[in-house]
Amino acid sequence: MSDTTSAEQAGASLMPNARERARLRNLRRVKDRLSHWGVATAGLAVVGALGLIFFYLFSEVAPLLKDADVDLAESYPLTATGVQTPAVKHLVLERYEELGATITPEGVSFFAADSGEPTVNFPIQGPSADNLTAFAAGVPADGVLAFGDGKGQVSLAQLNYRLSYPNDQREITPEVLYPLGETPLQIDEQGRSLTHLAAQATSKGYVLAAVTQDNRLLLGRYSSRENLMTGEVITTGSVEQLPALPGGAQAEFVQVDQTVQHLLVADDQSQLHLYDISNSNSAKLTETVNTERGQVTALEFLVGTGSVVVGTDSGSVSQWLLVRDADNIYHIEPVRDFESLPASVTTIAPEYARRGFWVGDAEGSVGVYHGTASQTLMIEQVADSAIEQIAISPINRKMLVLDNSGAVQVMDVWNEHPEVSFSSLWQKVWYEGREGPEYVWQASSGGDGFESKMSLVPLSLGTLKAALFAMLFAIPLGIMGALYTAYFMTPKMRGLVKPTIEIMEALPTVILGFLAGLWLAPFLENHLPAIFSVLILMPLMMVVVGFAWSRLPQSIRTSVPEGWEAAILIVPVLLTGWFCVAMSPHMEVWFFSGSMRQWFTDNGINYDQRNALVVGIAMGFAVIPTIFSIAEDAIFNVPRHLSQGSLALGATRWQTVVGVVLPTASPGIFSAVMMGFGRAVGETMIVLMATGNSPVVNFNIFEGMRTLSANIAVELPETAVASTHFRVLFLAALVLLALTFIVNTCAEIIRQRLRKRYSNL
Amino acid sequence: MKTWLKSGAPWIWLNGGAVALCVVMVVGLIGLIAVRGFGHFWPADVLQTTIVDKSGEQHVILGERVRSETIPAAVARDGGYSLPEDVELVTRYLIKQGNRDVSGRDFNWYMETGMADWEYPENAMVIERREWGGFYGFPVALEQEGEVLFNSSEEGFWQALDEAVERSVELHDEITHIEKVDIGRINHELERIRLERRRMELDGADASALAEADAEFSARKAELDAQYRQVKAERDELYHQLERDTLVAEVASGTQVNIPLHNIVRVTRPNAMGVVGKMGQYLERFWEFLTDEPREANTEGGIFPAIFGTITMVLVMSIIVTPFGVLAAIYLREYAKQGPVLRLIRISVYNLAGVPSIVYGVFGLGFFVYFLGGSIDELFYPESLPAPTFGTPGLFWASLTLALLTLPVVIVSTEEGLSRIPTTIRQGSLALGATKSETLWKVVVPLATPAMMTGLILAIARAAGEVAPLMLVGVVKLAPSLPIDGNYPYLHLDQKIMHLGFHIYDVGFQSPNVEAARPLVYATALTLVLLIIVLNLTAIRIRNSLREKYRSASD
Repeated sequence: MSDTTSAEQAGASLMPNARERARLRNLRRVKDRLSHWGVATAGLAVVGALGLIFFYLFSEVAPLLKDADVDLAESYPLTATGVQTPAVKHLVLERYEELGATITPEGVSFFAADSGEPTVNFPIQGPSADNLTAFAAGVPADGVLAFGDGKGQVSLAQLNYRLSYPNDQREITPEVLYPLGETPLQIDEQGRSLTHLAAQATSKGYVLAAVTQDNRLLLGRYSSRENLMTGEVITTGSVEQLPALPGGAQAEFVQVDQTVQHLLVADDQSQLHLYDISNSNSAKLTETVNTERGQVTALEFLVGTGSVVVGTDSGSVSQWLLVRDADNIYHIEPVRDFESLPASVTTIAPEYARRGFWVGDAEGSVGVYHGTASQTLMIEQVADSAIEQIAISPINRKMLVLDNSGAVQVMDVWNEHPEVSFSSLWQKVWYEGREGPEYVWQASSGGDGFESKMSLVPLSLGTLKAALFAMLFAIPLGIMGALYTAYFMTPKMRGLVKPTIEIMEALPTVILGFLAGLWLAPFLENHLPAIFSVLILMPLMMVVVGFAWSRLPQSIRTSVPEGWEAAILIVPVLLTGWFCVAMSPHMEVWFFSGSMRQWFTDNGINYDQRNALVVGIAMGFAVIPTIFSIAEDAIFNVPRHLSQGSLALGATRWQTVVGVVLPTASPGIFSAVMMGFGRAVGETMIVLMATGNSPVVNFNIFEGMRTLSANIAVELPETAVASTHFRVLFLAALVLLALTFIVNTCAEIIRQRLRKRYSNL
Repeated sequence: MKTWLKSGAPWIWLNGGAVALCVVMVVGLIGLIAVRGFGHFWPADVLQTTIVDKSGEQHVILGERVRSETIPAAVARDGGYSLPEDVELVTRYLIKQGNRDVSGRDFNWYMETGMADWEYPENAMVIERREWGGFYGFPVALEQEGEVLFNSSEEGFWQALDEAVERSVELHDEITHIEKVDIGRINHELERIRLERRRMELDGADASALAEADAEFSARKAELDAQYRQVKAERDELYHQLERDTLVAEVASGTQVNIPLHNIVRVTRPNAMGVVGKMGQYLERFWEFLTDEPREANTEGGIFPAIFGTITMVLVMSIIVTPFGVLAAIYLREYAKQGPVLRLIRISVYNLAGVPSIVYGVFGLGFFVYFLGGSIDELFYPESLPAPTFGTPGLFWASLTLALLTLPVVIVSTEEGLSRIPTTIRQGSLALGATKSETLWKVVVPLATPAMMTGLILAIARAAGEVAPLMLVGVVKLAPSLPIDGNYPYLHLDQKIMHLGFHIYDVGFQSPNVEAARPLVYATALTLVLLIIVLNLTAIRIRNSLREKYRSASD
């Protein structure tokens, strides 16, 4: 009794009883578990977050790889839209994809795109329904329509949509304007019937081209002015007759461009004719070419009217560019052939803002193409009879297709990134207005009709160029410095040098970039000869000082032990540098008639102030510590007994280094170089600040470059989210990530192997 | 000679030279920044001389010598200067003349040829202005309400001028305070009322509730409006007082200029100052640089918002990165099953430290800002849409992106610390019956704290110097207000911030007057370099002492 009491008392004071202990044990076990799971969750979450970078970047890039896709949303007969005649000349769909419109001899009839329900009909002012003989539409964004009749008269209309928001609901009110007045214009003085027309809005007014029944080609330039007081439209214009087509060919298609420089005619003999109409009243036929692809059955300008798409009876689809030659004369050149459609091409619908276009054929197939990317995105049979008309909306999300059976199909379209293909990113592309295929990066510009040029080649080459010059500067200094520090230097000095190099590594690159751009670049420009003299004199000086040292009396030499050579050299290095800079203006006077920069320019070498040399030095500076510390580590850890053995066998210190130390450490040095390269490839601020950021394709050391990383920094903040440009920049980031990751992983694996080998030695 | 060459000694010297060159470059670079950066604050003497321009006319100039250089005479002749035939090289001086409002250009190069001797007139003064940059000239008179109070020749002129400047600077500070703090608070309140109302609307409050709330809102609004009117009256009164004095001054060419005193920050006469006076002036300017707001498109004034923004961002980053980095490291080292998969993961994590920082910026912009931020806005801040709250670059996203960027640094450092702890210590704890978590949290982790500190410091140093990703995720050239202020919720995580590194990029490369901005950029660079060097040296020190400690513990 008393025993238990004392035991209990003892337990109460010192140790918990059994139940309490069990509870505590449980608690501890639970805590242990909790800690395990907590840490594991957090750890895995972190690893997952880092992995997410890959997946997220890839998910942003993935839509670029997707082809176009259409889905049938709705289908109704043409008659449902209130149009009775099957002779539909043109079909359009507006920006909000709510209203469609057919253009027929009866007029312009608008209808709800989703249901086909007619909304409003505008009769055409001018030609009556049975007298409409010719029709033309300008580039889709302008909405210009022209109607020609049997009496040589043309009326020009323009579609317009007014937006209003009554009750916070969008309401679209379509209207048909007549910018040249509602009275038809007599384009043919002889009053013959017009068979073909072309119309375009230009910066100065409107241009019309017409083919008459007796195969004459007429060109009219019109402009209109509105009287401010009366609101009356005064139209002025002039008409000229163009030279006839050679060989009695009959014109079948006419197109005129927005700059009023080129008129293009396709005839019935598989030929294309290009007229130069830049000077009024002296228009001339500059070129006649055979299409070699069959009889032309459709001809349309792409947005910007710098190139034309030709569809033929064989189903072939090709893009032809207006190319200026050395004599400033334009030629029409077939630049790209796309995948052919199964049957004869019936209609071509260019997109509003991109170089894409939709083509229909006689057997009901529709093809989607993109010019710049020379890409066939999709060919799909959507109807059983010939496609008559295609209307694609300005935002490319929906289209209307009218086939020969009189059915209108409403299609949902996914075609977000047609501009991107392997060839547009990585191969030479022949852009509009250029003389040949080129690598160009110019992703955006102010104009609407701008053709974005998204070749990653100039950026990738720029990245490599910057990295290359940086490595040229960093590898010798980094590796030689590492060798000396690891093998020859006294430990005391090493304790000073290593932190210095570590500080060098930690310097923010923005500071290096700023110094490179604001101090080094102008300095180099004014002291160009100094660079070359330093390159020659510096190593020479080191050897000479070394030799002089070896000739010094023994007493002086022994006062400074081996391993302090670097310290001895500091003053001579400073003196040499100062000497080269001070001599630089004199050398310019002696050898380069006053200015080395001018001398370069005179000899045909471009010189930019912020150039690859500046980047090489600044980025080299940033890369040296990376190479230095890894290489130093590899050399320092070479087992001592190897080098001692070599020395004991009578080899000199340098022979030991070359014969024993370097071969053993070479994988480590290689991995150091790779790591350095990885850093140079991804560096942003230095290249951003120390180059002109012009995407050039060359390896001239005196010109700048634009790298992938700098390009991202410059352009990403300005880009629309989820646009093609946005995704291409993400692609650039992904390329950088993958490249550096692979390089670094290789380097790391080599290093780990080396470590293993050392431990085995 | 031959044997010397054969022994390979030249190579050793070459290698040594490489080290010497590297060290010279590092020290030279830091020295350059230090000299230029610290030099910025020194009140340089003002020189007066006569020069001959391209057309052969003589001009009197007054200004500070910025630097000089020697150029081949051919270059100068190309530039339109007529020089004697036998001259091959000429020296030219860059003179800071200020007076941008009078002459249009404040920095000019002048050839030494034809230049008269330099004089340092005693009463030459330098005025720092709020607009148009510096002024170099001579005083004529001090006017009060249009009446001449003192002529410059009179006794007591300088004292009166100093007092007047002091008064106007104080008034100016008061006005700034009113505009920033009081009016800022009122605007903030008004915006909150607007958002509250919009929120009620969005929540589908019925008409009666809305009307009730509207009554309350308009009462609050009226009160705020009254406050605003009062504050504005106060401010207008101060403005009126501020316009009292005018300084009449004369530039070197003799033109008289009226400088309203409210435009003056400081008037100095460097030529009349002794070394002690200059030292005082130096410290004053240095202090102002660290604590003032920038002026004149960031090319003058201080960098306080940039320092503050950098520090806030780094602090928020540390709060995020420390727990996650440490836990991940503990997981990798203590809990995860060691094997080839883990080795792969570890290599990958380590390599992420070498991934270009801009990639993190791209990820931050796409994932954090547009995806996460956009979602947060839709869920929690629908009332301010379409104006984004978190769906736009800002402080929090910048910190989060940097946290991701520096995670590998913290993980690597912590893991290294954990691996250095002798297994004997661990086994001792386990042998005494401690559970794994007890061993971990009570024995291992405390011992590894210094390593974690090292990692954190290195992370901070890296984050403070990083610019490229920040350009995408939340740093701007001029933030309207600080991320921490007196308005609820005090720490504004959604606000855009200024940053030292970006400040350097922006002022040095985007500003219209690079020459005027240059000294400021050097001073900013110096601040950043000092910050980073101190952080790194601390980390190195901690790491080295740590190594020593465990070396002795494991022996």
